[in-house]
Amino acid sequence: MQSTLGLYQPGTSVFHRAPAGAKLLALVVLGAASVFLTYWWLVLGLIAVLLGAYTVAGIGPRTILRQVRPLLWLLAFTAAYHVWATGWQRATVVAGTIVLLVLAAALVTLTTPTTRLVDAVVRVLGPFRRWGVDPDRIGLLLTLGIRCVPLVADLAAQVREAQIARGTGTSWKAFAVPLIVRALRDADAMGEALVARGVDDD
Amino acid sequence: MAQHRTPARDLALIAVFAGITAALGLIPAFYTPFSPAPITAQSFGIILAGAVIGGRRALLSQLLFIALVALGLPLLAGGRGGIGVFASPTVGFLVGYVVCAGVIGWFTFRKGAPYSIAWGLLINVLGGMVLMYAFGIIGMMAVAKLSFPAAILANLPYLPGDTIKVVAATLIARGVHAAYPGLLPWRGTKVEDAPSEKVEA
Repeated sequence: MQSTLGLYQPGTSVFHRAPAGAKLLALVVLGAASVFLTYWWLVLGLIAVLLGAYTVAGIGPRTILRQVRPLLWLLAFTAAYHVWATGWQRATVVAGTIVLLVLAAALVTLTTPTTRLVDAVVRVLGPFRRWGVDPDRIGLLLTLGIRCVPLVADLAAQVREAQIARGTGTSWKAFAVPLIVRALRDADAMGEALVARGVDDD
Repeated sequence: MAQHRTPARDLALIAVFAGITAALGLIPAFYTPFSPAPITAQSFGIILAGAVIGGRRALLSQLLFIALVALGLPLLAGGRGGIGVFASPTVGFLVGYVVCAGVIGWFTFRKGAPYSIAWGLLINVLGGMVLMYAFGIIGMMAVAKLSFPAAILANLPYLPGDTIKVVAATLIARGVHAAYPGLLPWRGTKVEDAPSEKVEA
């Protein structure tokens, strides 16, 4: 399923082999440390290091660009604002730090299968058990959620076909209402299936 | 163990509505003549979750959606995903997705059945636009270090599209409650006791 839905890019580099928990921890540390990045050359240097890491992981520029592209107009706006308000150094630091963190996080995402991240989350939540958090239930919910994306997408396609067959054309209400209602019915069936498998026991 | 366990049917509803927000992100964005910003269908999911399944479940469903995005599924409109989204200036909106779905749901279910367009519209505008923009603007000020007026300016292009969406989402929610009664509680009853046949006024 990951190959079609997730962002994971298979590989055997050192980044692919590192444990998911360690990568997440490194990311949290980088995020916290980014507050202290105040020199523009340091930010640009770190971005260069990260691009080097992408080369090591064997991920091409097109995949990188796909992650950053939707941010571009907001980044341009931010940079322009800071050039106008304070100067190009500050603009480089603010916009560069955003690019840096987005690239670092994308590297973790691109080199770690979704299932391993789910496992890491369930493990990290273990100590919270004493405050009423149930890690296994959260793991189940994450897996259900992953399954529901293609499920709803299929439903949408079916409703769309039915809509065309009935000749209701492009009416958005004739699309959205049946889609939600069918999704609710599917949720009922899924709930019954979960009860049948003993999810509400113990 | 947990005192407030979420029943299996609620787990299913939460997962399905996370799926709905995700699937709406797959619909390509389209442009209006009024504004340079694209309209994406994704924010329908937030309002609909609140207006259809209620506060707690809606909040959890959008939290699940954000968690799936964080785990690397490219579900945000435009095919974005991964933990990187939390470093982007739009992070405020992601927090807003969760809180706004919860707030819309809480008020909608407090108002109860039958679902009224007027109340729905009021709740959805306050929760889906006013509150959402508040989160978005705070996020932009924090991450992109924008000033308050600059952050408002950056959001202005989205206003026309969001207005259309809130109205449409309210009409859809009414249609859903008419076609699938029994979700909204009647005044003075619990959700489980709600009569299932006499909605639609």
